[in-house]
Amino acid sequence: MNEPEEVRLRIYRILVELREAEQRAYDLFLQNLVKGTSHLSLGQEAVAAGFAAAMEPGDLTFCTYRGHAHTLARGVPMEKVLGELMGRDNGLMRGKGGSMHLTSVEHGVMGSYAIVGAHIPIACGAAWRAQYKGDKDVSVCFFGDGTTNIGAFHEGLNFASVWKLPVVFVCENNLYMEYTPIGDVTAVRNPAAGRASAYGLEPILLDGQDADIVYRTAKDAYDKARSGGGPSLIECLTYRYSGHSRADPAKYRPEGELDHWRGNRDPIRIYRERLVDGGLSEGMLHEIEADVRRRVDEATERCKAAPMPSEEILCTDVYADGGWAWRN
Amino acid sequence: MAELTYRDAVARGIAQEMERDPDVVFLGEDIARAGGVFKATPGLLEKFGPLRVRDTPISEQAILGAAMGAAMTGLKPIAEIMFSDFLAVCFDYLANHFSKSRYMSNGQVKCPLVVRTANGAGSRFGAQHSQSVENWCMAIPGLKVVAPSTPLDVIGLLAAAVRDPDPVVFFEHKSLYPTKGEVPDGEIVDQLGVAKIVRPGKDATILALALMVPRTVAAADRLSAEHGIDCEVIDVRSLVPLDTKTILGSVSRTHRVFTVEENPRLCGWGAELVSIIADEAFYDLDGPPVRITTPHIPLPAAAVLEDCAIPGEARIFETIRRSMGS
Repeated sequence: MNEPEEVRLRIYRILVELREAEQRAYDLFLQNLVKGTSHLSLGQEAVAAGFAAAMEPGDLTFCTYRGHAHTLARGVPMEKVLGELMGRDNGLMRGKGGSMHLTSVEHGVMGSYAIVGAHIPIACGAAWRAQYKGDKDVSVCFFGDGTTNIGAFHEGLNFASVWKLPVVFVCENNLYMEYTPIGDVTAVRNPAAGRASAYGLEPILLDGQDADIVYRTAKDAYDKARSGGGPSLIECLTYRYSGHSRADPAKYRPEGELDHWRGNRDPIRIYRERLVDGGLSEGMLHEIEADVRRRVDEATERCKAAPMPSEEILCTDVYADGGWAWRN
Repeated sequence: MAELTYRDAVARGIAQEMERDPDVVFLGEDIARAGGVFKATPGLLEKFGPLRVRDTPISEQAILGAAMGAAMTGLKPIAEIMFSDFLAVCFDYLANHFSKSRYMSNGQVKCPLVVRTANGAGSRFGAQHSQSVENWCMAIPGLKVVAPSTPLDVIGLLAAAVRDPDPVVFFEHKSLYPTKGEVPDGEIVDQLGVAKIVRPGKDATILALALMVPRTVAAADRLSAEHGIDCEVIDVRSLVPLDTKTILGSVSRTHRVFTVEENPRLCGWGAELVSIIADEAFYDLDGPPVRITTPHIPLPAAAVLEDCAIPGEARIFETIRRSMGS
C-alpha cells in the first residue's frame, strides 16, 4: 500500500457512503417510498470507489442502470440521488429520469444508460472529443458481465482500439447476467478479459473486492489513456448481494454463496481491516462511519419532506428551446 | 450562381459548416478516403484532415454512439449512415438515447448532431436498400427530421441542421443525387420547420417530400395543361418541426388536399398531416383528403415492379384527376 493516508481515507469514506446510501435506498423501497425499479451495487462498492477515487476532476463517468454507486462516488449529493429515486422535485433530474438514468454533468457523470451496452460507443465519442481537442480527460465506462455479449460491446471495443481513444472500459463481473450465471451464456470463462486480445488489448483481471488493487489499476489505465496509449479493458471480479433488480429475490444462487462473499469477501470489511492493520485508529473510522450515517439520515428526511415535481415540467426540455413543440 | 448536383451539394454543405466551425466533425463508413459510396463527400478528407473526417468500421451503433458522446461533450458531429435502411441496426441511439437524453437529464445533456443518410427507392436495390424511413424518425419525440429535394435545400437545410442545438436526422434521397439545380455563391443557411410552396395553385394542395416533389410538380403541370386543374405543390421539407401554418393556410385556400408519400401506407407521414388537417381544417375541405403512397409491401428489386410500387408522375396525375372529378 503506497497510497497516502488521505487517499485511503477518501476511498474508505466513499465505500461507506455507497454502502449506506444503497442500503437506505433498499429500505425506502420496503417503505414504498421508492417506486419503479432499482438495481443496487451492494457488495460491488470497491469497483466504483476505486475507479472514482483515481479520477481527476473533469474525467467522465458513463454508467449503466446499476449506476447509483458510480454516481455517488463522483461526489453527487446523496439527497439528489435519493430524491430522484423517490421521484421528488429535489431529485437530480427532478424525477424525469429515475433510478436508471442518474446524470450529473457538473460532476462528470454523463449518464446512466438502461439499454445494455449502449453507453460503450457513447463513451468512445466523448473520448474522441478529448483526442480531437487535445483535452486530457479520460472517459470511464462501467458495465456488467452480461454486457459483453451484446453487439454494442464488440462495436465499441473495436472502434476504441482502432481509433486509440482515451477510454477505460470497466467490466464488473458479478457472476450473474441478470438471473443467469454468466458462464452458462458466455463462450469464454472471463467475459471481458477473455476477449481483450480480440481488440488488441491486454487482458486485465483483478479482485474487484479490493479497493486498493482497483485504485492502482485505475490509475495505470488513466495514465495510459492520458498519454495517448489508447483504451484499456479491465475485468473486476465482484459479487452483488441483492438480486438483479428490485423484483429479483436471487433464489438461483447456490446455498452459501452469498454468505461466503459477505462473510469473507466484503469490500468494506476488507478495506477497514487493512486500514486498522496499517495503524489508522478505530476512532477515526468510527467518525467517518457516523458522519456518513448522519448525512444519509439527513438526506432521507429532506427527501421525504421535498415536494413532488410539478406537472409544469412534464413537457419541458424535449428540445433545446426548453419545450416540446414539434409544429408551428 | 452555379449549377450543382444534389450530390455535390452535400460535400459543399458539409465543407461550408466545417470551415465555419472547428467543432464540426464528420464520421461514417467509406466517407473519407473513398469519398462516400454515393460519391457525395469527396475532397473533405483532403481539406479537413483525418482527425475531422474519419472512416469508421462497419459499426453503425459505434457511429451513432460516438456521434452522441462527441456531441454531448462539445463537438457537432455529422454522422453518415450509408443507407437509411441501416438505421434499423442502430435505432437504439435514435429511439432511446440522443432523442431522450436532454429530457431524462432535465436539460443537462445536449446532443447537437446530424445523422445524414441515403433514403428512398429508384436504384433497384431491393427491400433492404431502398426504403423511405423518415416516418420512423418522425415518431420519436426529441428528434428533428428533414428531407431536402433540391441542391439548394441540401446546403441550406444541412447548415441549419448542423447549427441546430437538437439532434437532426437528414434524409438525402439517393435518386436525387444526380439531379441539378441553381445554387448561389457564398454561404447558404436555411431554416428547419419551414415548408416551401414550390408551385402555387388554387384548386388543390399537394403535399410532397424529397423525390416525390419533382414528380408531383410534373404531374401538377400536366393536370393544369390537360385538365385545367391548378394544383398548389408544397415541399414539406421538414417533418419535425412541421410547418403546419403553411400547410393549413394552403388548404384553406384550395379546399382539397393530397399527400404524395414514398413511405409504405401504414403510418406514413401523410397520415399525421391528414389527421392535423381533419382536426383543424375540416370545414375548409370540399372533399376527402387523399393519400398517394407506396403500398404496404417490402420493396421489390426489379425495375418494373419498383416503378409500380413507388408513386410516379402517372399515378399522381391519375389519382388527382379522378378525385377532382375530371
